[in-house]
Amino acid sequence: MDTFLSIDYPTWWFLVVGALFSGYAILDGFDFGAGAWHLFLKKEESRRIALNAVGPVWDGNEVWLVIGGGALFAGFPVVYATLFSSMYIPFMLFLLFIIFRAISIEFRGKEEMLWWRKTWDISYAVSSIMLAFLLGVVLGNVLQGIAIGENYTYHGSGFFEFLNPYSLIVGFTTLFLFMAHGAIYLLLKTEGRLYTKLTFFVKRGMILFMVFFGITSIYTLLYIPHLSDDFKSNPALFIFPLLTFLSIANVSRLAHKRSFGWAFFFSSLSISLLLSLVAIELYPMMLVSTIDPAYSIDIYKAASSTKSLKIMLTIAAIGGPLVLAYTLFVYKTFRGKVKLDETSY
Amino acid sequence: METEILARLQFAFTIAFHYIYPPLSIGLGLVMVIFESLYIRTKNPEYHTLAKFWTKIFALTFGIGVVTGIVMEFEFGTNWATYSRYVGDIFGSALAAEGIFAFALESGFLGVLLFGWNRVKPWVHLVSTIGVFLGSMFSAVWIVVANSWQQTPAGYHIVGEGFHARAEITDFWAMVFNPSSIDRLTHVWLGAFLSGSFLILSIHAYYLLKGRYVEISKKAFKIALVVATVFSLGQLFTGHHSAEGVAHNQPAKLAAMEGHFEASGPADMYLLGYVDKENQTVSGIKIPGGLSFLLSYDFNTPVTGLNAFPEDERPSQINAVFQFYHLMIIIGMMLIGLTLYASFLWARGKLFEQRWLLKVFVFAAILPQIANQVGWFAAEMGRQPWVVYGLLRTSDAFSQAVSANQILFSLILFALVYLLLFVLFVYLLNKKIKHGPYDESDENDRPLTQEITNVITNN
Ligand code: HDD
Ligand code: HEM
Ligand code: HEM
Repeated sequence: MDTFLSIDYPTWWFLVVGALFSGYAILDGFDFGAGAWHLFLKKEESRRIALNAVGPVWDGNEVWLVIGGGALFAGFPVVYATLFSSMYIPFMLFLLFIIFRAISIEFRGKEEMLWWRKTWDISYAVSSIMLAFLLGVVLGNVLQGIAIGENYTYHGSGFFEFLNPYSLIVGFTTLFLFMAHGAIYLLLKTEGRLYTKLTFFVKRGMILFMVFFGITSIYTLLYIPHLSDDFKSNPALFIFPLLTFLSIANVSRLAHKRSFGWAFFFSSLSISLLLSLVAIELYPMMLVSTIDPAYSIDIYKAASSTKSLKIMLTIAAIGGPLVLAYTLFVYKTFRGKVKLDETSY
Repeated sequence: METEILARLQFAFTIAFHYIYPPLSIGLGLVMVIFESLYIRTKNPEYHTLAKFWTKIFALTFGIGVVTGIVMEFEFGTNWATYSRYVGDIFGSALAAEGIFAFALESGFLGVLLFGWNRVKPWVHLVSTIGVFLGSMFSAVWIVVANSWQQTPAGYHIVGEGFHARAEITDFWAMVFNPSSIDRLTHVWLGAFLSGSFLILSIHAYYLLKGRYVEISKKAFKIALVVATVFSLGQLFTGHHSAEGVAHNQPAKLAAMEGHFEASGPADMYLLGYVDKENQTVSGIKIPGGLSFLLSYDFNTPVTGLNAFPEDERPSQINAVFQFYHLMIIIGMMLIGLTLYASFLWARGKLFEQRWLLKVFVFAAILPQIANQVGWFAAEMGRQPWVVYGLLRTSDAFSQAVSANQILFSLILFALVYLLLFVLFVYLLNKKIKHGPYDESDENDRPLTQEITNVITNN
């Protein structure tokens, strides 16, 4: 098989997709996390500040979903097609909440009426929570395996099958992780009483996350042995769980020291380390069949032609730095605490 | 069968809804770039006010464009799994490129465009506006290229058999510049410029009729009129070019567009008509040999008709394709007539004297929207029964794993949500129009009182 720097092309693309998904999880993670706290902020002023903290960046964050989805479609069409058609209803709900979240941000400030603002506040908070949770549910199912039969076709019983205990636990873990991450982001953007309030939120978020993360880890080790095989056969990989653990512990330490810039850096790092764990656990598998291992889809079965992958790696190499440049430009323009003015939401 | 119909219905509905907004964003983006450049050149604050006002409306169309677009991207996987596997190798790269080159550019600068007025220098702001505009133009590039590839595939070969067959790329540039890409991309771009400029014409015509914001509206109206006139005429050329391409690459589609049945014979062109598919007749007003003439400048040249194709390789909705296509052309002609007449009055210095004309412009904003929709409907329904022309049938392309009930559920869900979105969009648009271009909390804007004095002294 054709290789580049002695790594084959499907593996390269697996890394690209992984990097995009973790970029997405970091960015929309703080976005969803910030939204999940929305109803806990009681004052109108606080809610507006929190909204405007994500105002200029949420659309840019969502682009990572679009690019990640496109990259999955392009590089692993079989996985893209199988995953989305199997988990049809969860993804439709995901799309629905994406819509509601975005329009809540957009429309809330357009009217003064109390009921109008309340409605959009609820819609914003609920959809943020559900989005974080559903991402976790999807991840849980991918880790656990899906009832894929012949011809990449799903043979399971549908929606409720996806709400199994493991996926629910992963769903909550993801939600609390994002909530801690989002509260840290808001801290960087706020001052005064709101700031003090958020420091409590960070603590609560971290505790809840750690509890659920512990449960997820134990459950995985006990009930889903195929996920730890790679670690057992290659103990050097244990460095990853170790780093993840240290990084998470560091978030709590830094948050306690009120060094929130660094805490945000480490919560972002923790998210990408957690996703690297997932990637290592799965690789080279992408979708595991619970019906028969023969139906499982690995990166080689799923990948586009080498030619296509080469073209896309070129595109990614040109486009990647551009995307980073715009992202930095936006965050630089809007750095510092939120100041409300007439263009705010 | 039922699943297929529902999946098609859902795709048609969601994409048609998505397609209300991007053309507006693209077209408004163009005119906003003009307003803002004029402001930087002339330092006239009126252009600044116009740019800011239209940015707010842009934000509204853009927001809905984004969320409905994300639905589209995932619908390929959820509803059209077999199709996705078949075309992923080719189509995926176009979609990924769209994300990286277009959407990232667009949404990266969007924050600055919307919230950066007081934070960055005017020229940095202009650069951001241009960035957003170019980003929206690029999004059209990649998605239209992908769609054109499925209309006129090129630069690929087929690998595997039966269920596992798929198209793999052999030549990237041949795929990008497939035979219909350029024609269709230019046609889509111009259609978008028309949607945007006609909305601007409409709202400023409304202000002029009401006698509000008169000076500023005259300026905006004239600028948008130039854009609309140029591109209405341009649309005739790009459309004609597309038709020649369709005649060459997708003869069955062209035959359906004009209701031409005879396997090979001179073809007529209809201005209006009705196709009776059973009896293979078209009744209506026609130019005999007109289609032959348009394609080869000779009234007698034979054109391949529907009967040259086996029954199962012809589009089934011939009358619908015919009607949609003709509606688009009629609207195209109306736009040309309207903009030329207004330009003629302008040249004679009487542009704003005819109230009825302003009234027509208020309502004309709907016309390019309709033309855009029916143009796509004609192009896509004329492609049937193929999802990838000549290679993959629509009936083989939908997701096997998804049941009719699931699609029905999501279809109803989207119908309700989109209805809500549309109502909110219209409500907020209306509110912004009523509020007008000036922003009283901004000291740099002309105070409203002065505006009112102006109105009183003018009338
Ligand atoms: C890149 C792909 C792509 C793009 C840019 C578009 N479409 Fe499309 N369209 C498809 C890819 C597609 C498809 C996935 O290939 C469908 C689904 C079923 C089918 O036969 O083709 C389709 C079907 C389809 C149908 C149903 C036709 C039928 O079932 O008879 C309609 C009415 C439209 N589309 C309309 C549009 C509009 C209004 C678009 C403008 C934005 C548009 N399409 C862009
Ligand atoms: C099936 C086809 C389509 C898909 C999958 C699709 C996908 C998307 C996605 C994912 C977004 C959101 C991007 C973001 O997060 O910023 C979007 C927005 C957009 N799309 Fe589409 N799109 C389709 C058809 C089209 C067509 C035909 C055009 C153009 C002529 C178009 C032009 C745009 C533009 C300009 C935007 C930015 C938002 C706006 O301006 O309203 N799209 N689309
Ligand atoms: C004035 C005469 C016009 C002619 C002769 C014309 C011709 C055509 C043809 C032949 C197609 C089918 C292309 C294909 O299937 O590959 C098409 C599609 C389309 N038309 Fe037109 N058109 C005209 C005016 C307009 C106007 C005024 C608009 C919008 C404002 C418009 C918007 C579209 C769109 C959006 C499509 C679908 C995209 C595409 O396939 O290119 N057209 N047109």
